[in-house]
Amino acid sequence: MSNTHKRITRQRCAAVVVGLGMVGLSACGSSDSQGSDTGGSGSGSKTVTLVAHDSWAVSKDVIAAFEKQSGYKVKVLEDGDAGQAVNKAILTKDNPQGDVFFGVDNTLLSRALDNDLFQSYEPKGSDLVLPEYRADQDQHRVTPIDTGDICVNYDRAYFSEHKLAPPTSYDDLVKPAYKDLLVTENASTSSPGLGFLLGTAAKYGDDGWEDYWKKLKANGVKVVDGWEQAYNEEFSGSAGGKKAGADRPLVVSYASSPPAEVIYGDPKPTTAPTGVATGTCFRQVEYAGLLSNAENAAGGKALLDFMLTKTFQDDMPLNMFVYPVREGAQVPEEFTKFGPQAKDPETMDPAKIADNRDDWVKSWTSLVLK
Amino acid sequence: MRLGLIAVPVAFFALFFAYPVTAIVARGLQVDGVWQFGRLWDVLGESDIRHVLWFTTWQALASTALTLLIALPGAYVFARFDFPGKQILRAVVTIPFVLPTVVVGTAFLALLGRGGLLDELWGVRLDTTVWAILLAHVFFNYAVVVRTVGGLWAQLDPRQEEAARMLGASRLTAWRTVTLPALGPAVAAAALMVFLFTFTSFGVVQILGGPTFSTLEVEIYRQTSEIFDLSTAAVLTIIQFLAVGAILAVHAWTVRRRESALRLVDASVTARRPRGAGQWALLAGVLAVIVVLLLLPLAVLVQRSLDAPDFGYYRALTDADGGVFLVAPIEAIGNSLQYAVVATLIAVLIGGLAAAALTRRDAGRFVRGFDALLMLPLGVSAVTVGFGFLIALDEPPLDLRSTWILVPLAQALVGVPFVVRTMLPVLRAVDQRLREAASVLGASPWRVWREVDLPMVRRALLIAAGFAFAVSLGEFGATVFIARPDNPTLPVAVARLLGRAGELNYGQAMALSTVLMVVCAVALLVLERLRTDRTGEF
Repeated sequence: MSNTHKRITRQRCAAVVVGLGMVGLSACGSSDSQGSDTGGSGSGSKTVTLVAHDSWAVSKDVIAAFEKQSGYKVKVLEDGDAGQAVNKAILTKDNPQGDVFFGVDNTLLSRALDNDLFQSYEPKGSDLVLPEYRADQDQHRVTPIDTGDICVNYDRAYFSEHKLAPPTSYDDLVKPAYKDLLVTENASTSSPGLGFLLGTAAKYGDDGWEDYWKKLKANGVKVVDGWEQAYNEEFSGSAGGKKAGADRPLVVSYASSPPAEVIYGDPKPTTAPTGVATGTCFRQVEYAGLLSNAENAAGGKALLDFMLTKTFQDDMPLNMFVYPVREGAQVPEEFTKFGPQAKDPETMDPAKIADNRDDWVKSWTSLVLK
Repeated sequence: MRLGLIAVPVAFFALFFAYPVTAIVARGLQVDGVWQFGRLWDVLGESDIRHVLWFTTWQALASTALTLLIALPGAYVFARFDFPGKQILRAVVTIPFVLPTVVVGTAFLALLGRGGLLDELWGVRLDTTVWAILLAHVFFNYAVVVRTVGGLWAQLDPRQEEAARMLGASRLTAWRTVTLPALGPAVAAAALMVFLFTFTSFGVVQILGGPTFSTLEVEIYRQTSEIFDLSTAAVLTIIQFLAVGAILAVHAWTVRRRESALRLVDASVTARRPRGAGQWALLAGVLAVIVVLLLLPLAVLVQRSLDAPDFGYYRALTDADGGVFLVAPIEAIGNSLQYAVVATLIAVLIGGLAAAALTRRDAGRFVRGFDALLMLPLGVSAVTVGFGFLIALDEPPLDLRSTWILVPLAQALVGVPFVVRTMLPVLRAVDQRLREAASVLGASPWRVWREVDLPMVRRALLIAAGFAFAVSLGEFGATVFIARPDNPTLPVAVARLLGRAGELNYGQAMALSTVLMVVCAVALLVLERLRTDRTGEF
């Protein structure tokens, strides 16, 4: 409430400023930044600013617990989707917008590291991170926070109606039985689209993936620009797709999408309307790090420590629909019940992704879209 | 005097447009402080890029022609006919213009795609064809033509045309020689607006065109935001900038050739009930187009938002623990309104000053050039402006990066051209001799403006303010880069809800879109009321 009040008075200030013909706008701006809680003027700041992509979410009481225990106030700056947030952070790295950045994943990690986005810090609890998620072990510039799988989802109703077994592997997807059923995203603009492409590259190798995509194209794969459209408009298993009369029962999405369909169901269904083709998964890991030139490095370190605590790691899954990376953190029942994590997902070394990403996307574009 | 008027808008654009855009282009094209203009030819040499350029141009031309064809009869009907529900309808046709493209794309897919109306009636699907893009462009820009052209048309004295007919001119000749020349600047302005919007179209092309159709704007977005090739993005920005600059120059030239002082009358006396079968048929035709092309997609959104018992999606909007936001989605309405009010104030002030300075026919070359310059923000990608703000406005005394004022500033940037374009034709149509007479009688310039110009342009001012307000409400591109997560605007909130799986999120997105529609409709309706209440003072 006090926040609203503050905003109104600030806008009066602006109205006056505007009335004066913009003279003194900067005066108003700077008094604003002193008067409010903007990221730490000076080293003794009590505010720590987290820059994140816009899928960031955390329970209020969990953040409150951190604020109480550490004495820092957390300010969150959500800065576009995953790719945008990283790019903006790189553009502003000399004068960063915050202290900690969350949400660079393994497909973009090298871009962040090569551009010196982060400084070294190994948070408390790093030893409890499951070994398969660790990265940058020499310099500790990034800390893994969460993980998830990009997988083909299927519409249960469609496959039971048609008495057809849902696909389980990449190989299945090119079979005639599944012709014209799959919708995926543009690999050059969508992160699940890129993940799916990387999954096929990991599976079939540098020489084999293009052949695979030729077959997939011949088998009628549809490509749309973003996840929203693929999932909400084209995929017949999602709530939005059902209303839109969508006719593609297979979509590239996340392993956690089926639990989301249940949790956000209205009314909540007892079984998930969608399932995961567990042999079509690509493992994504998201990292956080202390930004170079962070104003409040001490606060940033405390926040990174906190993001590896059991409290935060337990809270994360149902907020961001991801899996924890910490040993012994709780995976919610909805996840284990409706969207089991793939046992053997495709993975790829971030360095290899960095070397090939642009070339692959280019070849993919001319192969599939042209 | 004129220099004083123009200093404020010039400073505004230098600071909040030229400087950030130059900064981001320089980041892409400068190596150790040296401009690498050679990159221009490299990029132009790529066949992909040339294909994008070609598609951008022809779809914009086609969209503009189609919009004029469909909307000009609408402008006539709104200007000259009286019919029940006209005010409401005029507000309603403007709603599409201010809706975020994510929402419109969703609505259009529902209409033109599988299971849509066309599909059910005739089995026709347009969702993967260029027709979907063209029709969506008409949907968006219908109001631009109706308001820009219709606003002036309503104030043209019909007696001039009647006089011509009395003197023996045929109906067509009278229209061609009397009305058309008077409307010329407004039609040109509207066509230019539509061309600009469709030339720089982003969301519509991305959603309806799929990955195969790409405009320059979409390509700039991809290069900046996804591929992070700032150098290619900078080249494309320059190309788009040059193209838009050329269009604006041509426009300025045609307007100068055509403008003349017009006899304006109160709009309420020019409109009549339709007479004869022809006029009734025209009215019916225009209404049918509005229903099919504009109302149907909106209705689909409303229907989907109500697809839960007891307004379930609406009730969910007040729930702060949904996890998607730090605040209940419903608070986005308050944020949006506050931002839009501030943005409107800025836009009307800056645009009004600019229009006043540009009014005089004896304006010098510099001033005339400024006219075109004011339009440039519409031709520059929102992602360029957003990224530019990020790296340019980050140091004191202009450390605005983390302040709320950035949002209305970005919105005002898009609103100013509307204010200028709406007010300029009317201001220029004010007979200069009236001003001179007032001056001769001893009125100060300020008093001349207040007593001569202002009463005559009040309607235009209100229309301008309404447009600026509505555009600010719906502005998405730049806002999404700078809006704070604890203060999301309506379009930003809709986009974020659409970005999540699950029925409740999708339903809330539809509900919030409906709320945005209603808020816009109410705002526009209030303006319509305001207009007619004041006409008595003319």
